[in-house]
Amino acid sequence: MHSPVRHPENSGSTPTDPYVQLITPDGVRTPDPLYDRWVQDIDGARLRELYIDMAVIRRIDTEATALQRQGELGLWPPLLGQEAAQIGSGRSLRTSDFVFSSYRENGVAYCRGVGMEDLMRVWRGNAAAGWDPYTVNMAPTQVIIGAQALHAAGYAMGITRDGSDDAAVSYFGDGATSQGDVNEAMVFAASFSAPVVFFCTNNQWAISEPVTLQAQVPIANRAPGFGIPSIRVDGNDVLAVMAATREALDRARSGNGPTFIEAVTYRMGPHTTADDPTRYRDDAELEQWRAKDPLSRVQALLASMGLFTDEFAAEARTRADTAAAELRAACLGMPDPVPADVFAHVYSEPHSWLDRQQEQYSRYLSAFAGEENRK
Amino acid sequence: MTSMTFGRAITAGLRRAMEQDPKVLIMGEDVGKLGGVFRITDGLQQDFGPQRVVDTPLAESGIMGTAVGLAFRGYRPVVEIQFDGFIYPAFDQIVSQVAKMHYRTRGAVKLPLTIRVPFGGGIGSPEHHSESPEAYFTHTSGLRVISVSNPQDAYTMIQQAIASDDPVLYFEPKRRYHVKGEVDEAAAAQLPMGAARVVSEGSDVTLVAYGPLVPTARDAAVAASDEGVSIEVIDLRSLAPIDFATVEASVRKTGRLVVTHEAAQSGGLGAEIAASITERCFEYLEHAPVRVTGFDIPYPPARLESHHLPDLDRILDGVDCVLDRPSSLSGAVSGSAAG
Repeated sequence: MHSPVRHPENSGSTPTDPYVQLITPDGVRTPDPLYDRWVQDIDGARLRELYIDMAVIRRIDTEATALQRQGELGLWPPLLGQEAAQIGSGRSLRTSDFVFSSYRENGVAYCRGVGMEDLMRVWRGNAAAGWDPYTVNMAPTQVIIGAQALHAAGYAMGITRDGSDDAAVSYFGDGATSQGDVNEAMVFAASFSAPVVFFCTNNQWAISEPVTLQAQVPIANRAPGFGIPSIRVDGNDVLAVMAATREALDRARSGNGPTFIEAVTYRMGPHTTADDPTRYRDDAELEQWRAKDPLSRVQALLASMGLFTDEFAAEARTRADTAAAELRAACLGMPDPVPADVFAHVYSEPHSWLDRQQEQYSRYLSAFAGEENRK
Repeated sequence: MTSMTFGRAITAGLRRAMEQDPKVLIMGEDVGKLGGVFRITDGLQQDFGPQRVVDTPLAESGIMGTAVGLAFRGYRPVVEIQFDGFIYPAFDQIVSQVAKMHYRTRGAVKLPLTIRVPFGGGIGSPEHHSESPEAYFTHTSGLRVISVSNPQDAYTMIQQAIASDDPVLYFEPKRRYHVKGEVDEAAAAQLPMGAARVVSEGSDVTLVAYGPLVPTARDAAVAASDEGVSIEVIDLRSLAPIDFATVEASVRKTGRLVVTHEAAQSGGLGAEIAASITERCFEYLEHAPVRVTGFDIPYPPARLESHHLPDLDRILDGVDCVLDRPSSLSGAVSGSAAG
């Protein structure tokens, strides 16, 4: 049977079990006999790109949070602190892989090529989903906790039938591992040896409920019970996340079935802009995690390589600020949907009940012709 | 024309759909070697292989959720829920995912799932094996719901359901699986899915039924004709959307409406039909519409189910009510005919 990968030499984090780590919080690259090979191609230039990606999505996140505070977005789920988990995994995928994520994977969506307007559409309330899934090979983000793990398993079953070496990836949080759907997804994926990667972002909190309420052992320990190999990885270490994801994808592509990754990280902000984490967690914990920041450790590593120059820092800042400006412009410039959109796409084919209601409502609206349009 | 049972007609329809489209897959518990607990998928795995007729783990949400993923990948899964009462673990995937994906993605993702549900009572089963959960799904936008009542429709409509780009719940009246009838295999998919059928014409009362109660309603019409009452029986076939035009045309003629179903009364389809018909042709009604349904109880133990399920006499009791004759529903149980 498979057992989860454990690295006793690593210090671990809360929960305190060991995990794969390739860059220490201080920015020291530590050798790893099992995982180095997966990131051998990541030289200084590639590491700089990963840093810029993380800086950009952090800046997007800050800007979106500001837009929500300014009343331009109904809600926003911040990813602050989870940049390495999202970029390390997102940049490991190839275009033809397919992602099924939760609502927080805006950094993964960015990696898939989702545009700023599409990223904003849902949170501004203009549409139920932001993008055409088939243009970026990413399903609409999922609000029902864990439902997407099954979609990924099923999609992966389809990949097998097609004789393709693509993979499906499902992102979900620590809270989702309590859901039946995630557990059923592991049963199906194992039974059918489906090429799927279950990527659990353990950010320690499911709104106000700590991970200890979801799991009494490291979450990665569960998957072997389903016959699925698992990896526990430092989720704030972009290289370690990339190594783990690449290994899992390789397993999927070579016909060896699913892998479960637990990326141990921390949600530095609220669950969404609607909640107040000061009510349920203390500052000491926050400070402990601030010291493990995913960006500062790559910055330190790049600095030790002589690559975090003033010019590079300025470039990163410019790229991030440009993305933020694009995001703001896309959000504010988005046209309001038209009333008929309420009825659009409920069905593929005509539906007499809905057609009647639409016709009646359109007659009702036409009674206001000449007056200011109803919103 | 071929004579076959209701169950065989579904099998034949499934077979034909699988032959015509290699993307059609069957998934469910025991659907492979066993051929399903009702043998509806009998022989299909043997002929199409385990890649196309998939025995799944025993997890209804898992079956539905993986079918969603397969549809994302371009497949057309036909999912078998073993018994009506087992659909609830899959409820979340059906109403939150299957029903809404097309709307959420503005039409980019189609979910052409067919969800087959053997439903209804009358076979002496233990609890969770005789339920009529259709109203939960007719209330959910994005789903189509149909229920068939005879071998020809069973054969035709399973193919229509599979061919539809919308998700369809296909409710099979399990107590009618062994009813025989003529099936014209050349007549597949010619009618638009959703047109109600006038089973027998009449002029005094419109009696609306679907699925397992259509034969009962027809029997009631025959019995009533012996008393000089002419009942028009309508088989809805489609429960969402309902073909109200056909029902309305009938009620304009008869002025009286009785709706019958096995499901509990409150919040059920009978309420929807009564309200919609009242809205559409109130001035033609000679009497308030009447519902003859299962009671608002959990499905009872088998030895009590005959009291729960509408039968010929209870339907005729409802007919008496809309004719202003003494009936249990009018409260005038005893005494002579109302003047």
